[in-house]
Parts: sequence; C-alpha cells; structure tokens
Amino acid sequence: MPGALLETHALSRRFGGLQAVQDASIAVAADSITALIGPNGAGKSTLFNLIAGSLAPDSGRVVFGGRDITGAAPHAVAALGIGRTFQTTRLFAHMTVLENVMVGRHVRSKAGCIAGMLNLPSTWREERRIREHAAATLADLELGGHMHAVAGTLPFGVQRLVEFARALAAEPRLLLLDEPAAGLNLHETAALGRLIERIRSQGITVLVVEHDMSLVMDISERVIVLDQGRVLTAGTPLEVQKNPDVVRIYLGDDHA
Amino acid sequence: MGPRRYIPVLALAALVAAVERAVALGGAGYYLTQLIMAAYYCLVAAGLCLLMGHAGQISLGHAGFFALGGYTSAALTTHNLLAHAAEPWARFLASCGLLAEWQNVYGVKVLSVAPWAAFAAAVALAAAVAFAIGVPIIRLRGHYLAMATLGFGVIIYRIAAGTDALGRSDGIAEVPPFALGAGLAVGGAAALRVFNYYVAWGLVVLGALVIVNLTGSRVGRALASIHGNEAAANALGVDTARCKVQAFVASAVFAAVAGSFLTHYNGSIGPSEASVMKSVRYVAIVAAGGMANLWGVLLTGAALNFLSLRGVFDTYDDAVFGAILIAVMLFAPRGLLGMPQLRALRGFVGRRLHAGRAA
Ligand SMILES: Nc1ncnc2c1ncn2[C@@H]1O[C@H](COP(=O)(O)OP(=O)(O)OP(=O)(O)O)[C@@H](O)[C@H]1O
Ligand SMILES: [Mg+2]
Repeated sequence: MPGALLETHALSRRFGGLQAVQDASIAVAADSITALIGPNGAGKSTLFNLIAGSLAPDSGRVVFGGRDITGAAPHAVAALGIGRTFQTTRLFAHMTVLENVMVGRHVRSKAGCIAGMLNLPSTWREERRIREHAAATLADLELGGHMHAVAGTLPFGVQRLVEFARALAAEPRLLLLDEPAAGLNLHETAALGRLIERIRSQGITVLVVEHDMSLVMDISERVIVLDQGRVLTAGTPLEVQKNPDVVRIYLGDDHA
Repeated sequence: MGPRRYIPVLALAALVAAVERAVALGGAGYYLTQLIMAAYYCLVAAGLCLLMGHAGQISLGHAGFFALGGYTSAALTTHNLLAHAAEPWARFLASCGLLAEWQNVYGVKVLSVAPWAAFAAAVALAAAVAFAIGVPIIRLRGHYLAMATLGFGVIIYRIAAGTDALGRSDGIAEVPPFALGAGLAVGGAAALRVFNYYVAWGLVVLGALVIVNLTGSRVGRALASIHGNEAAANALGVDTARCKVQAFVASAVFAAVAGSFLTHYNGSIGPSEASVMKSVRYVAIVAAGGMANLWGVLLTGAALNFLSLRGVFDTYDDAVFGAILIAVMLFAPRGLLGMPQLRALRGFVGRRLHAGRAA
C-alpha cells in the first residue's frame, strides 16, 4: 500500500499446536485510525506483540516507515516510534502517575548511567524538561490532579488514561492500542473516542484493537478483520459491516 | 524529587562527624580503626543495595569484586620494579608519574606502580570483569543468577588463594599507604586515624550521593520501571539488559573502590576477603537493611561490621551473618518482598526447611 506507515507481510506465529497468527498481511496508512477486530482468540494481541517486537514471528516481515524491523527488540521498536498500551493495564503500580509518564519520555531523552550518577547541569536540565513535558501531557489529558498519586491506587478508568498518557509522552509515530475501551463505561468510552481522534489529529497514526463496534465504526477509516489468525477482510467500516463472512463470525451462521 | 532527596545525605555526613566527635570526646579513639574498616564494607553494601534493591538482581559474588580491587592495588604497588629502573619503559612510566619509590617496613627500597595508578587499574579491571560476566549472566533469574555470581566469587577466591604471586593463603602484605599529598595518606599510621576515618566515611557519603543521584535520574527511573512491569518498560524503550548490566558494573566498582582503599589502610589483603562467606555477609546486610533502603543498609552495615570487627560475635562471626540472612528471608520484612530473586531464594530455603522437618 503506498503511503503505508506500517506493513506486515505474511506474518505467522505458532504456539505449540496452535497457529495464533497465519500469513497476516496488513497495512496501516499514515495519519489514519485503523481498527483491528476479530473474535476472542483471533490473534489480535499476538499480532501486536509481533509488530512491537515482544514476540518473534516464525516467518514473515514487519516494515515500519519503509524499514524492516522484523525481530527487533521491543525497546528498539519503541525507539523507532511505535508506542503501545496493553490489553490489561500495565502501569508501574508503585510509582507515581508523574513518574510513570516520565518513563514515557525515556526514548526522548538520553542521560546515561554516569550522567545520572553525577547529576551534571545538563542532566538535571534534561530531567526538568522530562518532568515538564510529562506534567503537560498529564494536564492535556486532564490528569493533572492525579499527578502525585501512586498509580496502583487509582480507579481503573484513570489507570487506563495514565497508560495512555505514558505512551503519548514518547510522541510515537504509531500508537498500538489493545482494547482501550475494555472496562470503561459509556461516558468514558465516548471520551476515549474523542481522545483517539485528537491524538490522530496531532499526527499520530493509530492502530486499535477493539471489541466495542460502535466505537470502531465511529472513529476508524479502515477496519481489518482477523479470524483464527488470518486476515479475513479489510475495508471501510461500511464495507466490513456488510461483509457476510464478518457477519457470520460475529453473529453466527444463522444470520449470514 | 527535588533537592529534598539530598537531606538524608547531609544527615549521614552530620552523623559521621558526630560519631567522630563523640569518640574523640569519650577518649575512645581506638574505635576509629573498626569504624574505618566498617565504612569500606558499607561501601560494598551500598553498591549491592543499588543492584539488589533497585535493579532487582542478586549477587553472591561481590566479595570477588572487592578482592579484585584490593588484590590489584596490592599486587601492583608491592611488585618491586627496582631491577628494571634503568629500562626505557620504566623510565617512561616514572616520568609520567605512574611509578613511585618508597621504603617498606624492612627499609628495602621499592619501585612500584603508584597507588593512584594501581587504584585506577583496579577499578578499570573490576568494571571490565563485571561487564564481561554481566552481559551473559544478567539475563539469568532467581537461583540461576545467584549461582552464577556465586561461581564467580568462588573462582576469584581460588585464584587469590592459589596463586604464588598473590601470596596464596598469606595474601599480600606491606602494601604502601596511598599518599594523597600534604603528608596525608590512606594508611594505618595512628597519627592519620582521624583523617582516614573521614576519607572512609567521606567515600560512603559520596557513594550515597551517587546512588541518590542515580535513583532519581532517567536510568534510575528505568530500573524502577523494570521492577514495576518489565514488558511495559520495554515497550517504552527501556533496554532491560543494558540497565541491569550498568547497575551490575556500578556495584562492582563500588566494591573494587572499597577493596583498594581498605587494602591500603590495612597494609595487606588476604584471600578471606574474597570468600563466599564475605559475599553472603554483604547480601545479609542489604537484606537486613531493607533492600532498596540505602539508609537502612548503611546503618545496618555500620553496626554489624563494627560489632563483627570488635570481635563481639567471636568465632560465630560467619554464622551470625548467615543466621541474619536466613532470619530476614524467613520473616520477610518489607524490603524483601519487592525482590523476585530473594523471593525465589526464600522459597528455596523454605522448601529445604520443610523437607528437613518432614524427614
Ligand atoms: N504466549 C502464548 N502462549 C500460548 N498461546 C498463546 C500465547 N499468547 C496467545 N496465545 C493463544 O493464541 C491465540 C490468540 O491469542 P490472542 O491473545 O492474540 O487473541 P486476541 O485476538 O487478542 O483475543 P482477545 O480478544 O481475547 O484478546 C489464543 O488462542 C491464545 O490462547
Ligand atoms: Mg487480545
């Protein structure tokens, strides 16, 4: 696909006897919101892990910004500009909200071990910039009031948002969101949709795994459907909604 | 964290001075010797606190790094090069200030590597060795990392105790003082005892400052994030292996600095400094002090080492430290819970005890 920021070519990954992802080729256009949907166990999270480098594919390639990143370590993938949130929130529970988001600035700062030990003027100036940027990111998401709270003590919905802020602090080019609306109420989900659109308008491409169909249909330009590890179809939300195969896997054979 | 985090460092410095004043006023200057030695052991514990408490790694081989530092300084500063004094390389080294001429206690003239150069070599060697073994072993977890570092400690002990050039079981004696200019030196001269007290504890305060700086920095935050959730830390660009190796090397450097200075202070070093029991002792101090709690570790280290050096534990010295470690692991105070390695080790000890009871 021309203009694609991310492409996977025939990615496959097997867990023992289970083919979790098979020959999955997807493309995500730059500056788009693309949704990845599919029933439970379809391989969506596995595909994310293959892209982000936390799992190595058995075969196939991942190309990001024209560069082959297949098999790159997760921290290297992050440094290239791919951020992610997890299906189950993974905050640094013992750290404060601000500290969590400051870790998000890791790839955007560089003070090493020795600079940190000596706390040189350049080091503390960078540290101040990290802190200010993290605080601004939190303020932007209206989380400023929770800044000094210990992350693990916050309500679930707030934790989700903090994880978002943490990923955004890295200013990624591509953000992978794994079921961001899971566990959120209607009101929170609507706010999340607006937030994702706002993120995109800031030049961040979004690939989102989501079960909430109204959210998916609302915000995404393109929907990719995964079933049993394979790409079933891809297209606009309307096209996908009308696809009989999609209707079948979501609603059962009777409705097809 | 702003400047407030430096308050405990200042408090430590004040405490150091207060103890010296109290000892002087109480006419108990002879305590200083043990307090000086305890300071150097505290420095090892401080480095290990960084490794265990903040990087979540265990090392049962830190006495090995201490010995690496001490033996390098001892060997280089006692190896007499006088026979080679006229050779061009020796003249060149001497002209660079890398060699020093001095007289040992028997009045023999010695030309050897200058203490500061030996110190630099000791630290560089410890850092290089820590890096070389750190890269492959740091990916190990739990018992595996404990065993690998234990193996390293045993190797260093065997080398120290079995090499003629290192004096085998006698170790190396007649190590010269580390002259610092103006008649001051790191050494055992009674007249320099107060000065040495401040050098030793000054290094501990400096080490604490370095650790406070690091833990409040980008790399320190990265270490904390690995503790919190490794996958999430990686996804934010934190290179787990790199951070852990850096912490390992830093803690080895702490140990080597301590080893080098204490060797100059004592004027000698023997293989017992490299023994596994010494490594266990450092781990026991960090565990008892509360792992990431640097101030707890330093106070525990100062108290236990001072008592040990005063001979309070008598022949049960090693047993006391072993018992402390077991007790701390079994009754798990707060600091211990955060560390997966020790939790694993605790499970191991616990199972052993159960097996023993069942038998
Ligand atoms: N690390 C693993 N080891 C073994 N099997 C795994 C592993 N990760 C995923 N699987 C299996 O691979 C399949 C795909 O899992 P995956 O988590 O990618 O699905 P998903 O589409 O994200 O599902 P959900 O909507 O429930 O999150 C599932 O059958 C799952 O049990
Ligand atoms: Mg999933």
